[in-house]
Parts: sequence; C-alpha cells; structure tokens
Amino acid sequence: MPFFGLPAFYETFLYLVFHWIVLATSWNILSGYSGYFSFGQGAFFGLGVYATATLAAHYRWPFLATLPMAAAAAAGLGLALGTVVFRVKQVRGELFALLTLAVTFVLATVILNTSIDGGPGVYLSAVSLPAIGRTPASTFYLLELGLAVATLAIAWWIARSRLGTGLFAIHDDEDVAEVLGVPTFRCKQVAFAIGCALAGAAGGIHALFVSYVTVAETFSITVPLTVVLMSVLGGTRHWAGPAVGAAVITIISYASTTGDHVLAGKAAVGVILIAVILFMPEGILGTLRPGRTRSKRQQGEVPQAVVPAGPGDQDFPRPAIQSSTTGARVLSLREVSKAFAGIKALDRVTLDVYRGEILGLLGPNGSGKSTLINVVSGYYSADAGSIVFDGQSIERWPPHRVARIGLARTYQIPRPFAHSSVLDNVVLTAMFGAPALSRRDALIEARRWLDFTGLASKANALPAELNLHQRKFLEFSRALASRPQLLLLDEVLSGLTPTEIDSAVGLIRRIRDQGTTIVLVEHLMRAVIALADRIAVLDQGSLIAEGMPDDVMAQAAVKAAYLGTAANVAG
Amino acid sequence: MNLPSPTLLAQAILSGIFVGALYGLLGLGLSLSWGLLRQINLSHFALAFLGAYLSYQLATVGGVDPLVTLLVIAPLFFVLGAAIHGLLSRFAVTPLNSLLVTFGLTVIIESVIQWYWTADYRRLASRYADITFRAGPLFVPLPELMTFLLSVSLCVAVWATLRYTDLGKAIRAAAEDAPIAAAFGVNQRTLAALLSGVCAALPGAPGVCLALSYTLTPSQLYAWIGVVFAAVMIGGLGSALGPLFAGIVIGVSEAITMALTAPSWAPLVSFSLLIVVLLVRPGRA
Repeated sequence: MPFFGLPAFYETFLYLVFHWIVLATSWNILSGYSGYFSFGQGAFFGLGVYATATLAAHYRWPFLATLPMAAAAAAGLGLALGTVVFRVKQVRGELFALLTLAVTFVLATVILNTSIDGGPGVYLSAVSLPAIGRTPASTFYLLELGLAVATLAIAWWIARSRLGTGLFAIHDDEDVAEVLGVPTFRCKQVAFAIGCALAGAAGGIHALFVSYVTVAETFSITVPLTVVLMSVLGGTRHWAGPAVGAAVITIISYASTTGDHVLAGKAAVGVILIAVILFMPEGILGTLRPGRTRSKRQQGEVPQAVVPAGPGDQDFPRPAIQSSTTGARVLSLREVSKAFAGIKALDRVTLDVYRGEILGLLGPNGSGKSTLINVVSGYYSADAGSIVFDGQSIERWPPHRVARIGLARTYQIPRPFAHSSVLDNVVLTAMFGAPALSRRDALIEARRWLDFTGLASKANALPAELNLHQRKFLEFSRALASRPQLLLLDEVLSGLTPTEIDSAVGLIRRIRDQGTTIVLVEHLMRAVIALADRIAVLDQGSLIAEGMPDDVMAQAAVKAAYLGTAANVAG
Repeated sequence: MNLPSPTLLAQAILSGIFVGALYGLLGLGLSLSWGLLRQINLSHFALAFLGAYLSYQLATVGGVDPLVTLLVIAPLFFVLGAAIHGLLSRFAVTPLNSLLVTFGLTVIIESVIQWYWTADYRRLASRYADITFRAGPLFVPLPELMTFLLSVSLCVAVWATLRYTDLGKAIRAAAEDAPIAAAFGVNQRTLAALLSGVCAALPGAPGVCLALSYTLTPSQLYAWIGVVFAAVMIGGLGSALGPLFAGIVIGVSEAITMALTAPSWAPLVSFSLLIVVLLVRPGRA
C-alpha cells in the first residue's frame, strides 16, 4: 500500500511530512498531554543525529544498528534532565520551556567543541544505506513511514491508557493530581523518555538523509519552534493533532518553495500561528471535536451500576484499605512544625485522630488549619515532627503515596480538572487512589459516588457548568471515590445555603457511619456541634485546646482566640 | 588553556562589558513586558533587527546620522507595540501563548526584512566606526562606547521612572494587581497600552547599536534570543537594571572564556548560568 512507486520528489516530500509528524507527535506526548511545553525537542533530535553520525561514520556501525542507540541516547538525556527538573515544583510553564531551550544550546556547544563534531561537521557519504526500497529515496520514505506509524500508534495508545489519564490530569492541575494518587513524577518521566526516544530515532534517520551534518543546521531554533507550532495548530490534546498540524505546515511551506514565494510561505506560517492561537486555542482537532467525547463513548459501554436512587438508602462500600493496625488511632501527629519564611504556620502540633470519629478542627483565620491538611496529605513536607498514618510514618512521603494508603482531602476552593467531565474527574481518583481500579471498574465506582452526592445528572458536564454547591459536591465525590480510611474536609460547607448545608451534614454523617474517619475543618458552628465527636482548636499554629465540644468552647483561651481579650475601659 | 597577557585579558573584559551592555539593552523591553505585562514578546528581537535595517537604510540612502534615525524609529515602533498589545489583551492571551503569537510575528517581520533587503550582508558605513579611543593600552571603539552609554542611560532612566515617578508606581501597581490598582484610580488599560508602546519602541535603540557595530543579515536575529533571555531571567523579570547587570556578567564571562579557551565555548557560559538560575531560583517569574 505505501509503496506507490512515486517519483523521487514525492517520496522525498512524504519523507519530510513523516519526519515532522514524528517530531511533532513525539513532542506532544509529554508537552501536549501534560502541559509541560518543552522547547528542547531540537536537543533530542540533534543528539540522535549525532549519535548516528558518530557511530556510522567514525565507528563504522551498520546504519540500522545506530538507530536504537540514537533513540536510547536521546531517552537517556531526557531521563537525566527530567530527574533534575521535574523535582523542582516551580519549574513549569514558560520556565520549563526556557530551560529546555537552554539545554539545546548547551548540548550544541558541547558537540561543536568536542571531537564529536569539532567544527567542520560530519560526513556520512561513506555510510551505506540498506536497500529496503528500490531507490534511496524510497528507502528513506519507507523507514520514516514506519517510524511515523509507530509514533502515532504509541501516541494513540498512551492517550487511552492510564498514563494518558494521569498526564491529562497533570495538565489541568498537577498538585491535585498528585494528591489524588497520580504518580506525577513517574508519569512525566515516562512520557518524556518516550517522546525523546522517538525524536532521537527520527534524528538518526535524518542524519543519513542529509548525509552531511553540522551543529548550526541541526541545532537551529527551527526544530523546537516548529514542532510547537505544528502541535498547537493541530491540537495538543488529541493524539493526531500534531500530525494534522505537521501535514498542513509542511504542505504550505513546500508548496511555496518555488523562488519568489518562499518568503510569502514563511510569512503565511507566521500568520497561521497567530490566527490559531488567537481564534482556535484548542487547535484544529480540538475545535472540531471537543474533548468530552471520550466519556460519552464509554457511557454506552458500561453497564449501569445497580444503585438505588437517592442517597438515603444505600449500602456504601467500606474503606478500600482495611487497616493494617488494630490501633484506635488512625492518625498521630507529634510535634509537627512548618514555617514559611519566618512565619510559623504550625508550631509543634501534637494531635491524635481516632478511628471512626469526626474530629472538628477549628481556629480563627490564619491559624494553620489548611496548612495542617496540606502537611498531612503530603503537599508540604513538615520541617519537624512525625506523622503516623495507619501505622506508617508518612512525613517524607510524596502525596500520591499517601493517597494510595487511604487518605483523601477536599479543597476549600474547589479545584476540579477543568478539561475533564464531572464523571472523568471522579474516575481518576478511583483509578489512581487506594482502590487502583481498571477504567471499567472505576467508571462503575464513579457513577455510584455521583449518585450518592446527587450529581448523576451532571456526569457529562464540564466543571465550569456547575454552581458552587455542585462543585463542592464534586470535590466530595472525588475524595470519596478513593474510599479513604481518613477524609480531610477543608471548609466544605462555606458558601452553601442552609438547605444545602443540611444535606451536606447528613452526607458527612453517613460517610462516617460506613467506617471513614473524618477531620472536619469548619467555621460554621452549628455544623460542628451537630457533627463533631471531639474538637481541636488551633491558634497561630499551636494547638490550644482539644476535647469534647462543650468543654472546649467554654475554655478561656478558645474564647480569647476568637473574640479577643476584654479591654479595660477607664470609666 | 593558555593564559593570555594581562592586556589581552583586559581588552577581552572590556569588550565583554560592551557586548553585555548590548545584551542588557536588548533585554530591557523584554524584561519589562514580561514582568509588568505578562507578555513574553519574542518579536522584540525582530523589531530590533527591523530598527537596525531601518537605521541602515536611512543612513545609507538618506544620509541621516544613525543616531538621529532613532527619532523616526521609536515613534513608529511605539504605535506598532500598542497595536500588538491591543491584539494580545483583547484575546486574553496567556504568557505561554504570547510567546507563540509573538514568534509568529517574528517570522512575519523576518520575512518582510528579507523581502525588502534580501539576505545579503548589509554593513552600515558610518563615520563613527572609524574612531577609536585609547585608554592606556586598551582600545575603545566609538560605536561600542556609544552602545554602552546609550544602554546605561536608557536603563537608568527607565529604572528611575519606575521607581520614583507616580507613573512608574502606577505601572508597577497595575502589574502586581490590576483590579485593586484600578480601585485606587489607576487606569490600567491606558497604562498597559502606553507601556507596551514603550516596550516596543525600546528595541529601536539596540537596533541602531547593532547597525553601527555589526553586519546585518535577517537570520542573525535568532542568534541573540538565547543569551538575551538568559540575561533577562538572571536579572529578574520586570527589572530595568537587572538585565543590564546580568548582561554584563554574561558578556564578561563569555569574553574571558573566549580568551582562555576557544570562542565557540562562549554560549556554554550563558546557558549554563541560565539553567542553574532556573533550577536554584525559579520563583523569580
């Protein structure tokens, strides 16, 4: 089928189309799916070029044998880079883009100055091309066709896999994804390595195609910027988006290769890029096919879970992780401290949470309640002290590991994944959290929790279409779908109407009745009195009271924290 | 590694200072628009080269003094910049997308330059190029000295405006928190348009300097992107003097590297510095 016996010009042109399809799609695997826009694709491509050039021209390796090495070298560089860069939280967005661009120039300089190139470039004219096709042009065409098909297949498969779900979640909100159990570091590393390997392989083939490689040509700014352009044009969220963009741009660029129109073609590319970013930010495919189609398709496949209507009469599954200890304490904090640039957010907090209770965590604004939740869930690491959850010391654990053993939290200001439907938001937790279900089972689980919280009718809506109450309940569903042992609720009732509060209170009580321990950070007194078995009060980072609600509220220190001390008015 | 003579080293450092000042001047508009307007304006470089070519054209064909051409170029770019800003803000473009949109603009401007002036090398022959001062054993060419003085005075002027005038304070307030600044009577929209006009007019200055000291060809504009971004990031976004100091540091490090090893090792310095800064102090953005 692919071998039409076309004139060499067309085969070469198609080689170029496939070449850019491979580069753009491989870039998209990390950068498009996860949002980490890299400007370093040129570095990995160039490394592949020079790997093949060095091995084939200097060490006389057979050409095809150099290609796996080119891919491996590029993947190795990507992994090394990712190990350093992905651990630094703030290096995202434009910073990551610049860093990867800098790496490209560093690599180019090193190659230029060492014996790998040394300056004059590397000639591959002595390297023999295996006769896969009848002519050299056909051979390159077939090689690149194979690579392009493989790349597209990989991109398609990743988009549908667990890895892809994790990457898309990272794209929308990496911190939340991590807290819900997605191993973000591992996902990014794998995606990066795969994308780099494919770019390296493309580089290896290209080295022999051009047969004379120089640093200036290989590491020019063209490759990194063009792959971004092509992917954005086609749509970065779709596996085939970059391929569409690559085809369009290559055709336009080369349709105008004849003399006078070169510059017009070049300028046209610039105009297209601007128009696409401004008018079609989701790209061609993103605009034609909005991203919700996945859940719609699968909606028809999954058998409806048999759940009774209404949240009142359901038999809720018990926590996914059966406790590994028989102790009464599910969470123990000892002398936990956390400071931010001199401000002591938590000051030697010692607190126990007993299995099956609802612990109310109170305190004025700024007392450290949210920090406590962030530290326990792993988003911040404590400066000092120990945290024992279900018998395990979790102070140094990354958030996704803590989520895996049965801890879930909600956010005070709801943070749903904006590009995923309500159903997909909940499915993610069921897939990556403690239950670690397959997508099929996770869908059933997700539907159950959406029924429980009353959001079933909104399953296919995007979070932007929900009101605050619904978004809070989405937070609930998402946290519950991991069937946690311990649930940390961060001001989940704020902003709700009295009726909504009543229904939420009933829901919280039912969750506890099924075996989940709850820590409830709340300002609303009547809810706390109604729900809490015990309360603890924080003030300026320290725990100032703990015990039964009536006892604690009567304490002078607590009153002072909320209301201040009496002033003597000279009469 | 062969140790050069002290004179050679000193001369290298001096030329490093001069080229660093040019980095700083190129980085000035970029830093301001990134830090204060949240727009990463890649077309800054294309505008600098356009300014260089316009200066070359007016000087060669019109016989105008290169420095005077700035009076024509700056207002023209101001209008262009305000127009670009109007476009970007109307579509509420994110910083990353502004990078992509301005890359598109860069390509368009480069095509226009190449269409009018072709890719042939162009060199502005001005009377300034012939004059060289001596400071002891060291040579100080006039164009480079003019670049340095122009750069320092512009950067200091912008810094002083931002720091001490009411206009500068209003701009900084609007950059930090536009709605709150508006509540205090700061007309954020007008200021943003004004600022982006200025940020676009600024590359005219390094453009003239480029025309005075360098041979021009359109594709060369990409060569400056990396090192100027390094200067801007190291110097701090939104800062007027930061890129100047960082640029000089980079320029001197490059020059010393070139004197001690080989010229082609120079890019390693700026980009390694950039990588280190991004990893160690990423919060600056």
